[in-house]
Amino acid sequence: MAKAIALGIALFAFWLTLSGHYTLFLLSMGVASCGLCVYITTRMGLIDAETVPTQLRFALLTYWFWLIIEIIKSNKDMARIILSRKIELAHQFVLIPTSQQTDMGRVIFANSITLTPGTVTIETAEHALLVHAVTPAFVPSLEEMGRRVTAVEGAQA
Amino acid sequence: MTLDLVIQIASWACFSIGGTFLVIGALGLIRLPDFWARIHAAGMIDTLGSALVLAGMMLQAGLTLTTLKLVLIGLFLFVAGPTASHAIANAAWVAGLKPERLEKDEGALLGRKSS
Repeated sequence: MAKAIALGIALFAFWLTLSGHYTLFLLSMGVASCGLCVYITTRMGLIDAETVPTQLRFALLTYWFWLIIEIIKSNKDMARIILSRKIELAHQFVLIPTSQQTDMGRVIFANSITLTPGTVTIETAEHALLVHAVTPAFVPSLEEMGRRVTAVEGAQA
Repeated sequence: MTLDLVIQIASWACFSIGGTFLVIGALGLIRLPDFWARIHAAGMIDTLGSALVLAGMMLQAGLTLTTLKLVLIGLFLFVAGPTASHAIANAAWVAGLKPERLEKDEGALLGRKSS
């Protein structure tokens, strides 16, 4: 129930952002359509920790801030590789152990790895991710990233 | 008046740095030798390149609904971009594409899925 209400609020906030017309008629139509969406989603049994990830901690925001700084750093490194006179690469497929308990946590970790240029998640396993890195220099920061994701993923649903 | 000037300068700094990263990313797509290296150049384009251009536009728009919409575009890009990159990389891996010179390969430790 709490998740359904959270979904309704999120949908209506999204509607308000995209609409930009705030007359009584249009607002009531927005409320009605959001309510209908929540009803259909509930009826389809789709409301769970994956569609409405309210279990994520608010620390996710500080994690995003940290991630943006990491992205800037690795973008700089990648730009240096591309602009160097002789491109030197040392391709590697590395297994990165994951300490996350939930699927949502693992997805956040895998997507964060792919977001930082220089590393791409290729394949997932039970307790590890297979990651491609262009040079070994991109790998060490992933360990701290994994720890930070585990800290924000929240309790198992 | 001076605040307006500061915002303009910050916005154009975002545009030009973002644009530079877009050009470097495009250059990387041409210069890098193979698929596994090029995918990272593409990653540069859809992370810092697009993010800085969006930030520049947000500074131009100011505190309006347009800025909120731009924030949403950025949020969706940051979720959809890596998902697409992962799908491409995974498809290449499943198809058996290997970099021309692999320094370290722990992929064999992972049982390849049959699908």
